[in-house]
Amino acid sequence: MGAECHVLETFLRAGHMCVTSLADYWELGTGCGPLLEWMEQLWLLVVLAVLCLLALLLALRVWLVLRQGVECRPGRKGCVSLMVVAGSGGHTTEILRLLSSLSKSYSPTHYVLAETDKMSEDKIHLFENTRTSGVYKSTYSIHRIPRSREVRQSWSSSFLTTLQSMLYSFPLTARLQPDLVLCNGPGTCVPACFSAFLLGVFGIKKIIIIYVESICRVETLSLSGRLLYYISDYFIVQWPQLQTKYPKSIYLGRIV
Amino acid sequence: MGKTVFVTVGTTSFDDLISCVSAKETVRILKGLGYNRLILQIGRGTIEPAPCCTSDFLLEFFRYKDSLVEDIKSADLVISHAGAGSCLETLGEGKPLIVVINEQLMSNHQIELAKQLYKDGHLYYCTCSTIGNTLQTMNLSALKNFSPGKPENFAAFLDKVVGMK
Repeated sequence: MGAECHVLETFLRAGHMCVTSLADYWELGTGCGPLLEWMEQLWLLVVLAVLCLLALLLALRVWLVLRQGVECRPGRKGCVSLMVVAGSGGHTTEILRLLSSLSKSYSPTHYVLAETDKMSEDKIHLFENTRTSGVYKSTYSIHRIPRSREVRQSWSSSFLTTLQSMLYSFPLTARLQPDLVLCNGPGTCVPACFSAFLLGVFGIKKIIIIYVESICRVETLSLSGRLLYYISDYFIVQWPQLQTKYPKSIYLGRIV
Repeated sequence: MGKTVFVTVGTTSFDDLISCVSAKETVRILKGLGYNRLILQIGRGTIEPAPCCTSDFLLEFFRYKDSLVEDIKSADLVISHAGAGSCLETLGEGKPLIVVINEQLMSNHQIELAKQLYKDGHLYYCTCSTIGNTLQTMNLSALKNFSPGKPENFAAFLDKVVGMK
């Protein structure tokens, strides 16, 4: 925020100098005070208009990226690369159940885990090894980013740790450039999905974001779900009660 | 051959559950119901129950295993934390399940799933303080079978939205 204020101040000062030097150039006397004031106000208006325009353009871009998801069909090229956000315990079990039914065209799979999560890694290796059969060899990789939120961590400090986690997840997502991000609610999926979304906003790559709310959410969405409801391209819930509450969501029955 | 109870706390810890299940009073109730083996998965909990092996009762614990499927399969009753993974795995194996709610978790959402599955007649749920009562009043034969979820529906949906042929 401080930096933005500084930029604005510099703009206004430049406007003031510009106006006064123009006044000097036209050799306007001290009698033209009201005119100078008017020109300064005009400058301020121009600055504000430019800022509004930028905000509007950004909003338009965000809206376009959100709409793009529905038309994006990466499957037409034959294979779809996945970024899967696995979380502690139950989340990983659930997401592996979902992956188990996908065809071999979904490859390679890049798993993103919270740094402190050892158990998920073992589960993933076990899962991928059982998937490898005959000629078919599954290709996958595991990446780690700092945990964005521990169980029981307060909302305000979660915000800071999520930002910190973004510093790692954004370059990672930009490097992997998956076609699709699949996640089901661990804290780590918030920075991962926002990174994927930003790549779309910056025009680097439109990544489809698919959020599957955990089966343990029957009446209310998780914090991650509430945040990602707005930026996900497909938001899937597993209980009809939730579908009624969140009209954008999709209900396919129990899928894990 | 007696019956086995398997207790699981999942990835993290649930000390209250371990201490209330391994308490003398609970063990007495379990014995009364014909259970003579109590196996506990305690995660990273700080409470380690005293292993006991008498002629009529065996208590063992471990922290983690790659897979709990074998323990679930060989159990006659599973007592679990409310984690979706443990619940679904147990119900998937067709084993009777009691879910114990951890009241100390922030915004205790896990209770939602347990309550819904209880409403649908698939399991019993309780807290650490009411587990004795639940064990004594439950009727395991009244529990309904749980049909597994259909990940293939998700796969079909995904194929459609990414344009996979």
